[in-house]
Amino acid sequence: METAHKRPNYILIWVYLAVLTAAELGLAFELPISRNWKLVLLLFLAVWKAALVGLFFMHLKFERWNLRVMALIPLPLAVIFILAGMSEHIW
Amino acid sequence: MTHAAATVDQMRPPYPAERGLDVYNTKLGMWIFLASEVMFFAALIGTYIILRFGAPGEWAKPGIVLNIKITAFNTFLLICSSVSMVKAYASIQDGDQKKMRFWLLMTILGGAAFVGIQVYEYLHLIEHGFLPSGVREGSELAELVAKGTLPAATMGLYGSTFYTMTGFHGFHVTCGVISMAYLYFTKALPGKYTKLNYGGIETVGLYWHFVDLVWIILFTIVYLI
Repeated sequence: METAHKRPNYILIWVYLAVLTAAELGLAFELPISRNWKLVLLLFLAVWKAALVGLFFMHLKFERWNLRVMALIPLPLAVIFILAGMSEHIW
Repeated sequence: MTHAAATVDQMRPPYPAERGLDVYNTKLGMWIFLASEVMFFAALIGTYIILRFGAPGEWAKPGIVLNIKITAFNTFLLICSSVSMVKAYASIQDGDQKKMRFWLLMTILGGAAFVGIQVYEYLHLIEHGFLPSGVREGSELAELVAKGTLPAATMGLYGSTFYTMTGFHGFHVTCGVISMAYLYFTKALPGKYTKLNYGGIETVGLYWHFVDLVWIILFTIVYLI
């Protein structure tokens, strides 16, 4: 096995994820802010949580750069795909 | 030297093979598979965004049709199972088979509980009249549509996108639970994983964390927005 890196504090990541989930719920149902701000903040929190899972649980933070690139390549493709679909709707 | 062996020797390049990604084959295969899965879920999420923003009216407000509390608990459960998966991975890296078996079992149980709660949620929603085709006539939700609390025009789109996205995700979770249970009984219990051989745990772990990652996104866009 080629994995040899400093092990992250998994429990701390778990606490972050739990706190961020609670923050999402509070933001969605308790915080009196505009719908657009809610949308932006909720998406930001979701991306933050997803990044924590990818970087620390899937160990992308500790992988070689070329594996990281391979793992991240589909993300811009997915964004282009979604934006292309949305532009079809808008125009 | 046999003829076959001599042929192999001649075919060997006169320089050391490039190390490439320095990743063993099953792990590389899993990453390539996950890349295709990103595109699969991007298609589902992209379609949802296009349908939602192009819908002929307002979308149902969060928390009216769907039970947020139970789904939030389910989200927490999946996050916990992701942690237990990574603890199983860390345990076998340290050569502790007993701990690895415990954490892997916790992950399987967490995943199975997630699927069980999702099935309960589906049954509950169907009982209240929320179907993939929209709202069932004469149901509790149909009354809310009649009162104007729920928008009549978009309930069909809401139902179909909700069941498609969460259904496909639930299918992935089920596949993950089955894969982990298979590894648990055929590899982990007989003690085939060691400090030097834990590729199966790492590979199935990558899949499991990906499923968790997708749910984090789905929970936000389907349940909270």
